[in-house]
Amino acid sequence: MHTKTIAQLSAALRAGEFSSEELTRFFLERISRLDDKTNGYVTVTTERALEAASAADAKIAAGEGGPITGVPIAHKDIFCTEGVPTRCGSKMLDNFIAPYDATCVTKLSEAGTVMLGKTNMDEFAMGSSNETSFYGPVRNPWDLNAVPGGSSGGSAAVVAARLAPGATGTDTGGSIRQPAALTGITGLKPTYGRVSRYGMIAFASSLDQGGAMASTAEDAALLLQAMAGFDPKDSTSVDESVPDYRATLNDSIEGLKIGLPKEYFGEGLSSDVANVIDEAIAEYRQLGAEVIEISLPNSGLAVPTYYVIAPAECSSNLSRYDGVRFGYRCEDPVDIEDMYKRSREEGFGPEVKRRIMIGTYALSAGYYDAYYLKAQQVRRLIKNDFMDAFAKVDVIAGPVSPTPAFKLGEKTADPVTMYFSDIYTIAVNLAGLPAISIPAGFVGDAPVGLQLISPFFDEARLLNVAHRFQQITDWHARVPKGFE
Amino acid sequence: MSLSREDVEKIAHLARLAIREEDIPKYAQDLSNILDLVEQLKAVDSDGVEPMAHPLESSQRLRSDEVTETDERSRFQSVAPKTEAGLYLVPKVIE
Repeated sequence: MHTKTIAQLSAALRAGEFSSEELTRFFLERISRLDDKTNGYVTVTTERALEAASAADAKIAAGEGGPITGVPIAHKDIFCTEGVPTRCGSKMLDNFIAPYDATCVTKLSEAGTVMLGKTNMDEFAMGSSNETSFYGPVRNPWDLNAVPGGSSGGSAAVVAARLAPGATGTDTGGSIRQPAALTGITGLKPTYGRVSRYGMIAFASSLDQGGAMASTAEDAALLLQAMAGFDPKDSTSVDESVPDYRATLNDSIEGLKIGLPKEYFGEGLSSDVANVIDEAIAEYRQLGAEVIEISLPNSGLAVPTYYVIAPAECSSNLSRYDGVRFGYRCEDPVDIEDMYKRSREEGFGPEVKRRIMIGTYALSAGYYDAYYLKAQQVRRLIKNDFMDAFAKVDVIAGPVSPTPAFKLGEKTADPVTMYFSDIYTIAVNLAGLPAISIPAGFVGDAPVGLQLISPFFDEARLLNVAHRFQQITDWHARVPKGFE
Repeated sequence: MSLSREDVEKIAHLARLAIREEDIPKYAQDLSNILDLVEQLKAVDSDGVEPMAHPLESSQRLRSDEVTETDERSRFQSVAPKTEAGLYLVPKVIE
């Protein structure tokens, strides 16, 4: 059952081949047997899962429910889940039981999915390797000595290891796409505002976006269908109609114009990864697409721009962790300032503290214009590059990550080295665009992802272009050794 | 860009983060490296470019001034470190 896609599971559930309860028990058993290898789950919600499964079975029996009713999924531990620990990879929230569900969680529950548990992640989604989690690093199912990427590393690992058919993730600078690439799964980061951020613990509010992680583009379409849509509880949620993402999956891509930004194929890209991407592009030519070289001239500025804007927003958002209303409080504070300072020092890990301090500095008196305002100006230049490109092409293609998965500990000594893991993904968040990572091949046993980027709110096109590729390749169907 | 020990202490104070004496050199080094990275932005000609705060340029939506939430004080306070009689307890602020 674990090698079936969500679409196949859905059909099997409806055909009565097995019940949601049997399917859920099957995955819970796999998790208890195999999750220790990857550390992908931080919480397994057995009781809640079995209750939801039996409710789903009742719906299916009554001929009700939708296409994902009864399908088990996992939620990144950044999404609030009522009555269930929601720790966001941090000691700060170790004792936090969310008092309500995130909108995303509510919508997926209403669609009939069954939550298996919560997945490990970089602390407050700050990291590209899942090594900043207070709950230990996640290991890549393809190589247990390698990282799964981050920050949605737990979600990526559990989907790749077939410990969940699908999972939610969030992407602030590449946190869905990079781990999806490094673990050989499909990861979709929707347009900023497409999926509600309500109940999704904030890191950088103008960049954060929830999305779907699964084996295939078709499965990502099924999950996004349930997640997307306007939410009055999120002031940045966009009131745009949600198309039927599955309806256009099989559309022809004959004549589709694919742009390859020359800046994404220069120095810094591993030649092995470049070869895989070239072969994937050749497949698209076979499918009738026209490939055009384009330029995104300000690409090199994306990482520095991000490391002003994201820390600035993080320092502001994370000021809420003050030891007063929820989260960690230090022992025996002598006065209120001591309580704030020690609770934050003891509750946050090193990467989170670095980013809070960079953001605090960039926003402080005398530096605001030089850093924050300047970064916001360059952000517009980066967005304009994409707008110019989309006047000539329908989608942009390129690598997701400059290298396949690196080893645990390889990049932890110098934060700046780690930051360049996201060199091809960050600009998309700055511009607010949707993008997807799909399995495109391997370097040895290490998966490589192809990134596709489209204009605003054109997720349907991305899913279509990804799905067509998956119809003629089988990279997405490979299962890592030890998890077959 | 090289941050001094005093700079690091000042930033930590502004961020209300206690900082251990022995961690200061590492913070000074790491933060300086990150600032070196962002230094590149200074060379960009962005004169006259309007700063971009939001990808979709939208403004804050308003809603009508009606009560939509019910009182959930006890539920929200159930996750608080210290409360009493519906109030959050903190160390003494006013002498």
